[in-house]
Amino acid sequence: MSADDVRRAVTRIAHEIVERNHGLEDIALIGLQTGGAPLARRLAETLGQIEGTAVPVGTIDVAFYRDDIGIRPVLPEAVTDISFDLSGTTVVLVDDVLFTGRTVRAALNALTDYGRARAVQLAVMVDRGHRELPIRPDYVGKNLPTRRDELVDVTADGVVLGDVIAR
Amino acid sequence: MARGGQGTQAGEGAAAGSLRHLLSVADLGADGIAEMLRVTDSFVEVSERAIPRVPALRGKTVVSLFFEDSTRTRLSFETAAKRLSADTMTFSASTSSVKKGESLRDTVETITAMGIDAIVVRHGSAGVPWQVARWTDAAVINAGDGWHEHPTQALLDCYTIGQARAGAASDVEKVFAGLRVAIVGDVAHSRVARSNVLAFAALGAEVTLVAPPTLLPPSLAGWPVTVSHDLDAVLPGAEVVYLLRIQRERASEALLPSLREYTAGYGLTRDRSRLLRPDALVMHPGPMNRGVEIAAEVADLPCSVVTRQVANGVAVRMAVLFLLLSHPAQLEPGVAVDG
Repeated sequence: MSADDVRRAVTRIAHEIVERNHGLEDIALIGLQTGGAPLARRLAETLGQIEGTAVPVGTIDVAFYRDDIGIRPVLPEAVTDISFDLSGTTVVLVDDVLFTGRTVRAALNALTDYGRARAVQLAVMVDRGHRELPIRPDYVGKNLPTRRDELVDVTADGVVLGDVIAR
Repeated sequence: MARGGQGTQAGEGAAAGSLRHLLSVADLGADGIAEMLRVTDSFVEVSERAIPRVPALRGKTVVSLFFEDSTRTRLSFETAAKRLSADTMTFSASTSSVKKGESLRDTVETITAMGIDAIVVRHGSAGVPWQVARWTDAAVINAGDGWHEHPTQALLDCYTIGQARAGAASDVEKVFAGLRVAIVGDVAHSRVARSNVLAFAALGAEVTLVAPPTLLPPSLAGWPVTVSHDLDAVLPGAEVVYLLRIQRERASEALLPSLREYTAGYGLTRDRSRLLRPDALVMHPGPMNRGVEIAAEVADLPCSVVTRQVANGVAVRMAVLFLLLSHPAQLEPGVAVDG
């Protein structure tokens, strides 16, 4: 995906969020640290342009909720920043890449410590497969079949697969 | 490693993340201290939540093994462990079989046999935590050994200075470069002073010890400090004034003519507090002797961060426990790093 492809995908996902939720009332975006955070901000910007309303945006670090603590070095990458109560909101979790689903599982746990959201939806730029848990995204930028050992990197310049830009 | 980068290689272990025990500040070095303080930021956020608890150390057991009286340090460690969802056990020498003559080694081996993950040790003799680390597989944390070291106190002091000076610990090296710190009081008998000198100097601060000659160690060779016996001369330049507790026994040990004499020369009295810079921080490891090393009014001034030190103590100890206990015994190949 090129930078333009990513931009178009953000626009499409924004429209899908508005459509599915019949507007933006009580919608909040939470970006997963670190890759999901800039994506959540871009998505909020686009939603603001479409509907003319500001959507609250937060970021969450799930290190303390992971199930692989003690199996690999787990360190928080950034401080969680959720300055609003999640109770009664529909939270759209935003991440750059959906892989095993374990990060999202940890994020769902973490979210419950900030209030009882009315519903949680999941938006990802790339779904690369290889799920290890029963988790599926609600909004997908691109389904990208990968090998388990490949690297997927989502940046402002597009999506990089291994060393090659996948188109 | 970027979070978007998804592979099977295990991520990098940070310097502090590969530590087995925390015995001395010197084990950490500047990078380790900075890493510890960065992680502390996350635990400060946890501590501010309505429910200040995360499941990070579920199923781990932390034992506090205290051979010396302590309230704040023991409670601080136990609160930290509980907020990480670890189980806690308390061992205090006064109510244990140590009274029946059990040796330190047997005590440690007995506790270890119960299947525990960390031992927080406080002991009146220097070096005990090193000895304990030789007898157990558990992670050992030095919570104060004699006059030697108290590394978590130094970490929480560094964090508190960083927080007060920069808002967050992210700029810790910038905050400490050239920072003028005065440590005032009974340096000779202070593990807090030893650990703090190591930590402050490692981060690039300029440390001055201010004390009467009788309360300085016999030799300061190798200490990265300057020494003064004149608090009035040091105060106007000091950005951090760190007061040490004066134990009342020191007067009866003939190290001080009297406590009043000490206060006159080295106490941060109300008159003397006028010499403080407007942006100076006043710190104290507690418990304070109001009226001796610090005047009651001075302890309550806005520049005094004593209660913030206590609050940060819990978050710093969460970071220490998390970094020591989340460290894998060995990396398992083939575990997906992310996703």
